[in-house]
Amino acid sequence: MRLRRALMKILVPIKRVVDPYAKVRSLPDGSGMDTTGLKFEINPFDEIAVEEAVRLKEKDPSIEIVAVSIGGAECEEQLRKGLAMGADRAILVETNDPLDSTVVAAELAALANELKPDMILMGKQATDDDNNQAGQMLAAKLNWPQATFAAKVERGDGIVRVTRETDTGDETLELPLPCLVTTDLRLNEPRYIALPGIIKARSKPLEKRPRMTSAAPKTRIVRMEAPAARQAGRKVGSVDELYVALKDRGAL
Amino acid sequence: MSKLLWIAFEASDAPAAAGFAQAVGLGFDLLQISGQPVTDIGADKVLSANLSEMPTSDGLAKAIAGVAGGYSHVGAVSSMRSKDVLARVAGLMDAAMVTDVVAAESPTRFKRPMVAGSILATVEVLSMPAVLTVRPAGFAKGDRGGSSSVESISLDATSVAKRLGASARGGARPDLTQARVIVSGGRPLKDAQTFESVIGGLADALGGAVGATRAAVDSGIAANELQVGQTGKIVAPDLYIAAGISGSTQHMAGIKDSKIIVAINKDPDAPIFEFADYGLVADLYQAIPELRAKIGK
Repeated sequence: MRLRRALMKILVPIKRVVDPYAKVRSLPDGSGMDTTGLKFEINPFDEIAVEEAVRLKEKDPSIEIVAVSIGGAECEEQLRKGLAMGADRAILVETNDPLDSTVVAAELAALANELKPDMILMGKQATDDDNNQAGQMLAAKLNWPQATFAAKVERGDGIVRVTRETDTGDETLELPLPCLVTTDLRLNEPRYIALPGIIKARSKPLEKRPRMTSAAPKTRIVRMEAPAARQAGRKVGSVDELYVALKDRGAL
Repeated sequence: MSKLLWIAFEASDAPAAAGFAQAVGLGFDLLQISGQPVTDIGADKVLSANLSEMPTSDGLAKAIAGVAGGYSHVGAVSSMRSKDVLARVAGLMDAAMVTDVVAAESPTRFKRPMVAGSILATVEVLSMPAVLTVRPAGFAKGDRGGSSSVESISLDATSVAKRLGASARGGARPDLTQARVIVSGGRPLKDAQTFESVIGGLADALGGAVGATRAAVDSGIAANELQVGQTGKIVAPDLYIAAGISGSTQHMAGIKDSKIIVAINKDPDAPIFEFADYGLVADLYQAIPELRAKIGK
């Protein structure tokens, strides 16, 4: 008979992103994003992942939640928020190296091999690069099953059942642990954490450590520019006028 | 060998290969997972797996990676499915990846939107192979004709993740990402029934698909998979009719490649009027039935 492990460990990767609700522009010289005066936040999809992990822990207090971020010292701010939401401890893989999804997946795979989590819960994409790659790449590296675009996560005995959104509706998958789940918008609404909560979480452990791999990025952004703007058309005064205009354009 | 392997999960994903292959100047083979082999889009050969059921992503990605070795590029139409599967393929192949490609400057330089479409980035691929998901609206439609040879292949796509059940909605209406006409509605449609009769009714009269804003989906009046925008579907129909939609950045990022955008909104200051080709300031409950009457259905 196999002994069941008393503890379940969930790893939640967190990315620091520019304020997802701000209008972001490229710098005039095309070299990057103009973040002057803008706040930085937890990637909203990662925040949903933290929330989901915390909800699972509320049902089973033996769960340990480890939040991890890769990046500069400033990422500590987002990890502290994750701790305030209910993560037990945090790890900052501190680096100023250029990162792409392949580097992030390599670093997280190395960390997962050390920490041996039962589940990795992370956002489907970051709202800055909108790549939607790192989770799937990480699952591939670990050879774990994956469920992306999760709208519902239920834990069973040694498995999770995930209802995920698809192009045409939804589907429910059953995955044995360990597995990787990426979160979509409708999974939950993250709890609000007021500043005192973040300060209180300062007593929770946050470990800083260097990178574990020498993986180099396989892509590089060479230019950022404003997308071509759509030209405004004209107002029409009535349904008649609209109908005629569309007929003339051959659109009806 | 510089060559593209285009992954078509279904036959309808195949034709976009031609315009993209032409833009990057590469020949291509088509790996078709299901459906009747598409032989008239200029593929050097069609590898037809002819699976009757779509495997879950871990098995499918392993099978695709097994076929993709030796190709410089692996591509597919951008969709939730292609991102799910191809990003895993990239992980298995230790490949670079670029999602949502809208233009190609060279076989290693691509343009893609980021930050909800407010920035257009040029991404350089530093090591091959490259895995790409492509938005077809950015590329010319390739000519149809000729006849590619078809090779049957057997894919071992045994998966660890088990599918317990799936729901597909939408019925007889065309798929949003392929539709020629889309009628979309926003939060002002007061409930699911009103949404279906007003928006769905006009869509049916035009033989089009139905779309919705995130606000409409979040408030429960439209189904999730109808969401159009940066976090939903990216669409590029010939005609996009937006009814009761203010035009958030998020929503506009999903529709800006439409040929003609029509906005019907009673708020004359709605931002969507800055983008729409034809704007009608009107109550949608009056304007839409009137338009339907004109169309004569």
